[in-house]
Amino acid sequence: MSEVKFSKEHEWITLEGEVATIGITKHATEMLGDIVFAELPEKGTNVEKDGTAGVVESTKAASDVYTPISGEVVDINQSIVDDPAKINEDPEGAAWFFKLKVKDLSELDTLMNKEEYEKFAKETSS
Amino acid sequence: MNKKTPLYKLHIQHGAKMVEFAGYQMPIQYKSGIIQEHKFTRENAGIFDVSHMGQLFINGSDHLTDDLEKIFPVNLKNLKTNQSKYSFLMNDKGGIYDDLIITKLKDGYLIILNAACKKQDLEIIKKKLNGKYDLNLDESLSLIAIQGPKAKDVLGKVVSNITNLKFMNGGEFEYDNSNIYITRSGYTGEDGFEISLDNKKAEKFVDQLINYGAKLIGLGARDTLRLEAGLCLYGNDLDEKTSPIEANLKWAIPKSRVGSDYPGSDIIKKQIDNGVKTLRVGIKPETRVIARGNTKIFDQNDKEIGKVTSGTFGPSVECSIAMGYVENNYSPTNTKIFLEVRGKKVPANVCDLPFYKKNYVKGEKNV
Repeated sequence: MSEVKFSKEHEWITLEGEVATIGITKHATEMLGDIVFAELPEKGTNVEKDGTAGVVESTKAASDVYTPISGEVVDINQSIVDDPAKINEDPEGAAWFFKLKVKDLSELDTLMNKEEYEKFAKETSS
Repeated sequence: MNKKTPLYKLHIQHGAKMVEFAGYQMPIQYKSGIIQEHKFTRENAGIFDVSHMGQLFINGSDHLTDDLEKIFPVNLKNLKTNQSKYSFLMNDKGGIYDDLIITKLKDGYLIILNAACKKQDLEIIKKKLNGKYDLNLDESLSLIAIQGPKAKDVLGKVVSNITNLKFMNGGEFEYDNSNIYITRSGYTGEDGFEISLDNKKAEKFVDQLINYGAKLIGLGARDTLRLEAGLCLYGNDLDEKTSPIEANLKWAIPKSRVGSDYPGSDIIKKQIDNGVKTLRVGIKPETRVIARGNTKIFDQNDKEIGKVTSGTFGPSVECSIAMGYVENNYSPTNTKIFLEVRGKKVPANVCDLPFYKKNYVKGEKNV
């Protein structure tokens, strides 16, 4: 599996072959609070880089989930739709959101590595 | 610059995330999060800093009772000393300026007002009383609520003799060599108390409650708790354009006051006699989708019939819950309605309130 990359919208992404797995970061879940609702894209749909690809809602508010790269949705994690609390428990592991067949691998280059993201997250949350 | 309550330091010490609310810096949640705080209150005892709310004292005797009955649609003559009633400050059109709790004291009345409304309320009430009485919106007092099945045990360890208090009744008690005023009331659907005491003693008092096992609870859980209990939040579910009858709060206006004189009384009587066009109802979406305030409501034929005013996920009832206003013919329980969330129509049903069954002390009348 490739190095984990991060977006400014607080999504993480890993790559295995030409399939990317995407979820939201632990930092994002800490900002959101208790997540009580998740909506994912439908399998087979095409999503565009930085476009909306789902929704999470905490007890406080709704937030869009964006896709950091373009591609076709090949799998979704139904378990987080059935039990959204899992997202708070293991956001960067078992609670992945969706998998994409990547359209353009070079889009990954625009994303941050772990160190860069941690710095970004720290600077933007005050 | 936002005001701070006397518990500000304590909130920070306990890891609160602070937000601006009605001109105050208030805790939205602490470290454990809204769901845990909510459940802790339902199972144990939660402490709420409600010091931002207004505590309006009006001194006077029989004349004051008469004059206040010309302002509030409640029967104050029958109220015993230390008894409380839920009521409204209304405009001439029957719309609600604020919802409030009025308690009869030995030498006057105490009115608890919403933080965002308290200054305007004071001006309105002062004007209507024509300067005849002393009005004191007392900022030297804090207001602390303790709510939950263990509230009486925890509070009982800090203040003696509180267990005899009945629901919607209050009294003077002794704490730390001074008199404090406690009512058995709250806004969570649980048994509980609200304690009014000197700002200087508030932190020590709350510290003691915490030492006996209660926990600080933020505004986030206060909102999910009150919504599960079917209680209205002023500014969301009630406003200047909505009457108590439309808000389905007719129970708070006694029959003896229907038609008697107070602002909006003619409209209230008309609405009771002839019915209203829209009514507040409970709403349960059929999925986990949350319908927040301002979500549009439709019928099966895509006709817009109303609007959601509050919506959240209910941690104790474990489903999405909402309240809103619909055209009267859609108000019966189990009426199928549709909520427009992010462009999709989500099926939902009108349901009875409260979502969560109240847990007030047995043998006493619920509000």
